Amino acid sequence: MEILVCVKRVPDSAENEIVMNSAGNDIERDDLVYSVNEWDNYAVEEAIQIVEKVGGTVTVVTVGDADADEILRREMAMGAEKGLLLQDDAFEGSDCKGIATALKGAVEKGKYDLIFTGAQADEGAGAVGGMLAAMLDLPYASLVNKIELGDGKLTIGREIEGGNREMNEISMPCVLSIQTGINEPRYVGIRGIRKVSGVEIPVMSAGDLGVDAGSVGAAGAKVKKIDYFVPEKGEGAEMLEGSTEEIIDKLIEILKANGGL
Amino acid sequence: MAQVFAYLNHKNGVLEDAAMELINAAKAISSEPATAIVCGSGIDAVATAAAAIFPKVIKVDNAALDYPNAEVVRKALVNVIPAGSVVLFAHNTFSMDCAPGLSVKLNASFVADIVGIDGVDGSTLKVVRQEFGGVVSTHVGVDMSAGAVVAVRPGTFAPDESKAAGGAVTAADAGDLSAKRKFIEIVAPEAGDVDITKADILVSIGRGIEDEENIQLAMDLKEAIGNAAEVSCSRPIVDAKWLEASRQVGTSGCTVKPKVYMACGISGSFQHLGGIKGGLLIAINKNPNAPIFQVANVGIVANIVEFLPALTEKIEEMK
Ligand SMILES: Cc1cc2nc3c(=O)[nH]c(=O)nc-3n(C[C@H](O)[C@H](O)[C@H](O)COP(=O)(O)OP(=O)(O)OC[C@H]3O[C@@H](n4cnc5c(N)ncnc54)[C@H](O)[C@@H]3O)c2cc1C
Ligand SMILES: Nc1ncnc2c1ncn2[C@@H]1O[C@H](COP(=O)(O)O)[C@@H](O)[C@H]1O
Repeated sequence: MEILVCVKRVPDSAENEIVMNSAGNDIERDDLVYSVNEWDNYAVEEAIQIVEKVGGTVTVVTVGDADADEILRREMAMGAEKGLLLQDDAFEGSDCKGIATALKGAVEKGKYDLIFTGAQADEGAGAVGGMLAAMLDLPYASLVNKIELGDGKLTIGREIEGGNREMNEISMPCVLSIQTGINEPRYVGIRGIRKVSGVEIPVMSAGDLGVDAGSVGAAGAKVKKIDYFVPEKGEGAEMLEGSTEEIIDKLIEILKANGGL
Repeated sequence: MAQVFAYLNHKNGVLEDAAMELINAAKAISSEPATAIVCGSGIDAVATAAAAIFPKVIKVDNAALDYPNAEVVRKALVNVIPAGSVVLFAHNTFSMDCAPGLSVKLNASFVADIVGIDGVDGSTLKVVRQEFGGVVSTHVGVDMSAGAVVAVRPGTFAPDESKAAGGAVTAADAGDLSAKRKFIEIVAPEAGDVDITKADILVSIGRGIEDEENIQLAMDLKEAIGNAAEVSCSRPIVDAKWLEASRQVGTSGCTVKPKVYMACGISGSFQHLGGIKGGLLIAINKNPNAPIFQVANVGIVANIVEFLPALTEKIEEMK
């Protein structure tokens, strides 16, 4: 089974407090710690488990700059055999469609049975996987939280509202967006990362991928961020202040008044 | 001006609430009457209900649409929707499945999970979005010149309660609906040992609990409060297998309506908040800018790993 997993380098919101910069045109990026998009770790883990079962190769691919090398290596330390970096100034400022266009180029350069993305990334779009599938004319399912291998096809579970699972049969090749909770992504230690530090990761440009530079990046983007802003706060919460003891006393009063104690 | 269509979700013959909100999203984009699209099998009642809200309704009635398999629905929509249109969805697990691919097939722009519409400037639609689970907001310009597919977060617009549109229903042919993905069945979640929907007080913990062993701090508080209390959680706690799935609150978990909901170390993502349908919301979070403080009734800035045991101790003392 040849599996391509799309991964994105994102600011780690558990490690940083995300705030707007003073110009209001971006988040404050100085000193940000970056990591792999949470969902993508589940996608890579799922791919590795499949290959462990039936053989094959897991390739991780990202559209990013030179810094994105580090997240590819992290996923390779998990067990992905190959990495692929799609890097070109022309990709800068891409919207989701631009990213999907670059990834389509990479998919067409290989031969994959399965293509995984995360269900969504830092911007909460959840768009790249579905777009990529449509561009490739491959079947797609989003929010996948269960995969059973069949012959030339898969039985998959999709997470829908209320904890229900929508079971589908889908033919291969296909694109699946993977939801958290499908597995428990394995731990990656420093030693694992060191092991893959020497592996060469091919870099492909728009030209290498056969992607028209005008269809990607800021030039091709039809969805553009205008600015960041702090929304006007509504009433907001009644904040309890004072020493911990005072806060607890107030809280207990509130709990009592509301039938909580 | 682009023509606006709204895809309406329905279940068991009833339109979903979010569907009724889309009419007001449509009005924020265009003054032209919007058209609703309902797909399914044997859906006359749903189409009639839609016509009470939308001035025009297209009904795509086909046995292959009996269950809304996104790959099949997408084909029907491509067949029915003219190029250059704006297509609205409620942002949910169906739109996440269908809308991005639809935008590619319609050659239209795509934007998901918008929380506001800030107007139209020529062919640019200006929308409001959130990033990082609501920590920052953005204005986004969407080029509608070749059409756009827009998924609107439920609750962003008020539903149309007047139901006075008096719209007309026309039937449309779905065309070829063959697909490489087949719907099999819906599997309901397994019942857990605990039923958090019955509790008066929920001590609900999120990623801010930091460590598996700290779950005990919430259990201790629950014990101190007594019978009316139960421990619930946000999704990352279930994903990490620290608590069972039946304790998860949110759109993909349980919907709860306790007297008091104590959100401890929970940021306040809309998927989590979507499961809280009432009661006094008390938020305890170490980050004073956590989005949950904008919707909570009572807020406390504290480290829960220290605060919860202190609260437990005080409640024990009072006994
Ligand atoms: C399709 C879909 C469905 C989903 N369904 C659900 C669902 O049903 N339920 C759900 O909950 N989520 C759901 N999610 C996930 C959701 O988007 C969020 O990722 C999730 O709710 C975040 O959980 P959290 O608030 O616990 O974690 P985070 O967003 O990481 O927030 C942790 C918070 O804890 C605070 N904190 C950290 N340490 C401490 C400390 N020591 N003391 C006090 N505060 C601290 C931080 O300031 C932060 O605000 C879904 C996502 C998708 C895509
Ligand atoms: N720059 C990127 N490079 C590779 N994959 C990406 C990139 N951006 C998004 N993706 C993939 O698309 C998924 C969903 O992201 P999004 O559509 O941006 O929410 C991610 O989990 C990744 O799998």
